[in-house]
Amino acid sequence: MSNLFDLLVAGLATGAIYALVAVGFTLLWQTSQTINFAQGEFVMLPAFLMLAAMHVGAPFWLAIILGILLSMILLGLAFKLLLVDPMMRHGVLPLAIATMALAIGIKEAVKQFFSAEASPFPSIVPTGDVSVLGHAVSLQSIGVLVVAILAVFGLTTLLNRTSLGHQMQAAAQNPTVARIIGVPVERMILLTFLINAFLVALASLLITPIYLAKFSSGEVLGQAAFIAAIVGGFNQVRGAIAGGLLIGVLDNLAAAYVSTQYRAAVPMIFLIVVILFRPQGLLGRAEERTV
Amino acid sequence: MKSTLLVGALLTAMTTTGAFAQAIKLADVAELSGGGATVGTNWKNGIDLAIEEINAKGGILGRKLEVTHADSQSNPGVARAQVQKALDAEPYVLLGPGYSGSVKVTAPLAAEAGIAQIMGGEAAELTQAGNKFLFRTSFGQQSSMPKVAKYIHDDMKAKSVAVVWVNNDFGRGGRDVVIRELERLGSKVVADLSTEAGQADFAADVGKIKAANPDAVFVYLNEEESARILKELKRQGVTAPLMGETTLIGQKVIELAGDSANGARGHVGLTTDAPVDLIKGFRDRFSKKYNYVPDHNGLKGYLAVYMVKATTEKMGKVDSKAFADSLHGLTIRAADEPGILMDVSFDANGDIDRQSFLVEVVEGKQVVKQVLPKVK
Repeated sequence: MSNLFDLLVAGLATGAIYALVAVGFTLLWQTSQTINFAQGEFVMLPAFLMLAAMHVGAPFWLAIILGILLSMILLGLAFKLLLVDPMMRHGVLPLAIATMALAIGIKEAVKQFFSAEASPFPSIVPTGDVSVLGHAVSLQSIGVLVVAILAVFGLTTLLNRTSLGHQMQAAAQNPTVARIIGVPVERMILLTFLINAFLVALASLLITPIYLAKFSSGEVLGQAAFIAAIVGGFNQVRGAIAGGLLIGVLDNLAAAYVSTQYRAAVPMIFLIVVILFRPQGLLGRAEERTV
Repeated sequence: MKSTLLVGALLTAMTTTGAFAQAIKLADVAELSGGGATVGTNWKNGIDLAIEEINAKGGILGRKLEVTHADSQSNPGVARAQVQKALDAEPYVLLGPGYSGSVKVTAPLAAEAGIAQIMGGEAAELTQAGNKFLFRTSFGQQSSMPKVAKYIHDDMKAKSVAVVWVNNDFGRGGRDVVIRELERLGSKVVADLSTEAGQADFAADVGKIKAANPDAVFVYLNEEESARILKELKRQGVTAPLMGETTLIGQKVIELAGDSANGARGHVGLTTDAPVDLIKGFRDRFSKKYNYVPDHNGLKGYLAVYMVKATTEKMGKVDSKAFADSLHGLTIRAADEPGILMDVSFDANGDIDRQSFLVEVVEGKQVVKQVLPKVK
């Protein structure tokens, strides 16, 4: 039982990070029909930007700020202007393939200009335990969960409780009508790209101390988050959050109770079951687009 | 005047070409990217340092050394293709790869070509297949694991042990020998956990270790995964003593795992923290050249080149076909060849006998707790 509790906590902590990345998938799909297969690499890169800042002498807190800002410029603004906009007119598939190429490009660039080896990355949460319901739970797991939950809460508040959020929703649901009623649709789409870049940078900050900074570390994350987004519902932010948490827990339980070798297969099998019996995802809605 | 210049240029070109032809060509295939990048990069740098030193002193028998490096991408399939390509260029000796799985698939190619292969793999089975061209730079598992099991049983007094291993040739080989030895000595294996190469998340595996509540944990993974599991063990508050091999307490693991590596112990065939003056000298030269402290793979690469030097000088000629025969049964003394760092003997299978060390990580540094002498 104690083991199950530990597994659930660890699974939720990992799942919360998957959720951040999966929310980004959903946002980009909703506003610009972009399926970003480089999303995993988007999580990997900010850690290296922060490490680079530290290498030139910046303290950790400043490196975090610089890393997030640079991520928003490179993975938000530049990604949209230089890749998504020119490719979008050719359809969803060419754009998806272009993002695959981008993923390879980012990985190889990090390998070339930084290192093929893993690098340590400092944690924003101190090591140590606290007692929760009589169980020792690591501060790191709690810290990851809290930061991820705060980020998601902030995002949902922005989307549902602010004028800006309502404009973003309108731009996603019906861009033509949104334009007519004066919503700056292009600016709203750009904003979702910037939010996605912020979320992946945050995920990078949380996951890299555990997974280590390595050029290939985005592969697992990208795949898990993609599955999470589909399982939860590709057209719902809340679906992506639920999917992320579910996949995180499922992955850990599968590794413990099924087999380490087949752990990667279990979320995939779950994905197939969801697609067969509820193609819109667990919390998604058929034929609807909203953020 | 023009014709004189032309003849001069031609003569220079011929002489230069002649000089290159005189160089002894080595081929290195290593894990320069992928999961084994730490292994391969250290190995490569060790090779380059040794070659630089040897060439600075006039080379081997008056001939300079040259090496080509190829990247196996930590993939046995790629390693095989790269080794075939390297052998096509007819090198004097083949160096690498470091991963046992890659050595396993490339060793038949080198043997078929009659070229000696000096490699970094540690899987027990590698030198038990009757290959007369394969040589180790470090202990095989059949030599190191009995020492590890004995230490867990006798010194750690562990009656129950959790064994965590990586599911590849290297991990499986070590796991088989250590479990056999632990059970022979009377320690019970209460968890036998296989993990995947490149695995990022060890929460579930550590959860299983906690549930098994062992007296000691034997960790046998590659370097990066070792660092990740050390962090997770600390994160989940596992307090059982940790024992491993070189891959658990190597410099790179300590760098990656930080505080989490403290207290981990390991049997080490080669360590740059060994209380041996020649090794300290190597460590200083390596650190000065590359700006980081090498792990045992840096030592392995360095020693591989000095094995070539000592063997060739013993033969008194550069003869790739006779090289393997000459290295079998050879003992190289550090007093005669300082580059070999410690006295070492090679048996008929290409296995080595050398003193080794029991190391503990204390405040981020390897501290040698015991020196284990050569077996023979």
